[in-house]
Amino acid sequence: MRFTLNGREVGTTAHPMTRLLDVVREEFGLTGTKEGCGEGECGACTVLLDGLPVNACLVPVAHASGREVTTIEGLAAHALQRAFASEGGVQCGICTPGFVVAASTIPADATDDEVRERLAGNICRCTGYGGICRAVAAWRAGRPRTAPADAGSSATE
Amino acid sequence: MPPTVGISVARTDGLDKATGATRYVDDLAPPGLLHGRTIRSTVPRGRVLGVHLDFDTAGFTIVDAHDVPGRNVVALIADDQPCLAADEVHHAEEPLLLLAHADRRRLAEAKVRIDYAPAPAVLDPALSDRVFKHLHIAKGDVAAGLAEADVVVEGEYRTGLQEQLYIEPQGVVAVPESGGISVFGSLQCPYYVQRALCVLLALPPEKVRVVQMETGGGFGGKEDYPSIVAGHAALLALKSGRPVKLVYDRAEDMAATTKRHPSIVRHRTGLARDGRLVAMDVEVLLDGGAYTTLSPVVLSRGCLHATGPYRCANVRVDGRVVGTNTPPNGAFRGFGAPQTLFAVEAHMDRLAEAVGLDPLTIRERNALRPGDTTTTGQVLGEDCSALDVLQAAAARTQFRERWARLRGTGRGLGLSLVFHGAGFTGSGEVKLASRATLALTPAGVQVRVASTEIGQGTRTMLAQIAAEALGVPFETVDVAPADTAIVPDSGPTVASRTCMIVGRIVERCAERMKATLAGRTPADYLAAHGDLVLTGQYERPPGLDWDEEHYRGAAYGCYGYACDVAEVAFDPDTYEVRPVAFTSVHEVGRAINPALVRGQIEGGTVQGLGFALLEEVVVAGGRMANAQMTNYVVPTTLDAPPIDVVILERPYPHGAFGAKGVGEMPMDGPAPAIVNAIRHLGIDVREVPATPERVMEALCGSR
Repeated sequence: MRFTLNGREVGTTAHPMTRLLDVVREEFGLTGTKEGCGEGECGACTVLLDGLPVNACLVPVAHASGREVTTIEGLAAHALQRAFASEGGVQCGICTPGFVVAASTIPADATDDEVRERLAGNICRCTGYGGICRAVAAWRAGRPRTAPADAGSSATE
Repeated sequence: MPPTVGISVARTDGLDKATGATRYVDDLAPPGLLHGRTIRSTVPRGRVLGVHLDFDTAGFTIVDAHDVPGRNVVALIADDQPCLAADEVHHAEEPLLLLAHADRRRLAEAKVRIDYAPAPAVLDPALSDRVFKHLHIAKGDVAAGLAEADVVVEGEYRTGLQEQLYIEPQGVVAVPESGGISVFGSLQCPYYVQRALCVLLALPPEKVRVVQMETGGGFGGKEDYPSIVAGHAALLALKSGRPVKLVYDRAEDMAATTKRHPSIVRHRTGLARDGRLVAMDVEVLLDGGAYTTLSPVVLSRGCLHATGPYRCANVRVDGRVVGTNTPPNGAFRGFGAPQTLFAVEAHMDRLAEAVGLDPLTIRERNALRPGDTTTTGQVLGEDCSALDVLQAAAARTQFRERWARLRGTGRGLGLSLVFHGAGFTGSGEVKLASRATLALTPAGVQVRVASTEIGQGTRTMLAQIAAEALGVPFETVDVAPADTAIVPDSGPTVASRTCMIVGRIVERCAERMKATLAGRTPADYLAAHGDLVLTGQYERPPGLDWDEEHYRGAAYGCYGYACDVAEVAFDPDTYEVRPVAFTSVHEVGRAINPALVRGQIEGGTVQGLGFALLEEVVVAGGRMANAQMTNYVVPTTLDAPPIDVVILERPYPHGAFGAKGVGEMPMDGPAPAIVNAIRHLGIDVREVPATPERVMEALCGSR
């Protein structure tokens, strides 16, 4: 079975029902994707499947066949990551990659309420979400309104 | 050198965490790794009649109580908890047997059947006669005070179990070394784990190395429990001769590990007609679970905070923590204080009603002032800021006007005033005798402490303190990994003590180093004189005397103070209460890094909102029935309002650059502020979490 992982075509012989989370972490050594609950509640394992955020603990690898998987390691979102680090969006860090992946899909013109809604599938037990929302706001403030797919080239670079 | 302390420098670990580069324990995969699994009891109490291994045991390492080379205990306070139960179990989820295998699927599929002779289980703390600790604090004459009071108000208040729910579950990797063991784990207190392993494995400390991995949250849950996880992994590693990874899944972590102690607190309070407190009689009962763990100390902190930040001449606090056949409870941010402060602050609004005052006025009349004495007779210094935080919060929220205006609108406004003693209780810091080391490096200096980074910003904050005291750039300070082979024992990372106590040792040590350098650069000094390594030790500030037997004297080095104001919206169809605005004023001595302090306040407040409204552990037959994140609900972005944070500073002369502890205090105020806002709606709830069910019962009961 083949799929695109962070822009590179890869193959796996894993059982089709193996969790995508285990395949990226164990077979491909991409440990930035974290397991927090294994039941699709905490969002620590958020990855992009064809550009949309999913919980990798709930996705059998068979669903990724022929599709595009992006993990935190393949995300070109340097400005967003810097904003998380500088605006109080990071504390213990275990939820952070999942939040960054989920936040990277938020459109530049989203309202504050929409930002909170888009991040409601990710749980942070440290920050109380204030720092995370400030990080996303700072990142959006520095982005052009029609954001390129690569947030890394945004105006705050 | 521009100042570093007081500046929100960017945390040193932020970018690596945001890019996923940071490695946690589950990211380790040493060659030859086995995976571990814990087999647990399914009954709350009973005798073990037989253990049946209903699987092909080839390739498995199997460990039971007979494999323990040292003492089969989790060494902590009472040493009454076995690391592996042998013939009897005293709570459900008690570890009985350990398995390890290279293949996780085979490990998961292995079936173990255990026969028990069940025994009657005590599940209700009110019915328990097993007392782990009984405490009594007395000041003045409570009976006389109650007799002379104009009004006496009684009440009972309850709080439930709360799960820490760090997003990274418990986990360690244990690696057998020549004649010893190395443990890499998600933990708060490396030296607690080392001591427990020495006792369990009958090894000297030099044969037991404990290394803290990056830790994905702790909140107290990784204070003492990692000693159990590490003990189990070490037993499997020593028996198999191979590295063993033991990482809990979420359900096991929630069902088996420690939680906040449930509490029942009763108040009987005498008031003068003008609202002055005349006598406070408080009874505290905590459910400790099956073993002692940290319960005596949790009770102590709970009792010492039970009368709130108020002046009262006649006080009696009688506290007990008792045993039940449920998984042991332990440390969780606040450590007993959130329970008793909830009770006294919910009670305070009822006292206000009884004498016709508003919630602000009764607190203004009774708040502790500099020079007042606490229940233990401690005289408070100039940094006592109870009235300051109260007045700042009242002004910022226009409390009195809004409180009058919102009445009858479906919105409620609630207030709480709390304090939190920083550092170990009583003579705890003297006994710990914490040490910190500074080592000169060519670029600057390395800080060596066992105090751990668990998200709160320890590494950044300590580097700021060292840089400022030494007069070197922040970027030239490095913080060593919390590895018992490298760092001295600076005590556990608990009790809001790392900045105030350990930071102070680092500050003093840096001052000595600065004097030794006498203006030379680190590189010049090293070239001329060779290594410079200085170790400092905790020094007890003058006047901090404590009488453990009579509970008299200075219970804590100092206290922080906080005032929360919550506005809630009530949905009359669903009985849901939602916080819509929240202001939190914290006085923290000195904010070494204001952004980190703000992060502590925002994060602790939202945990407190979970405690207040959402987080309910459902217990059935002594087991957690909702050990899943699906139905143990913690706040998400949509449950947490933006928190309006105000930081005040009244420096404590013996904390690092004036700092007091701040980690736990934000947990104390939200639950009573929310329940008082619900009371403002006309709904009398005296128990948290104030779930829709509980709110409905309160409403229907009052009809």
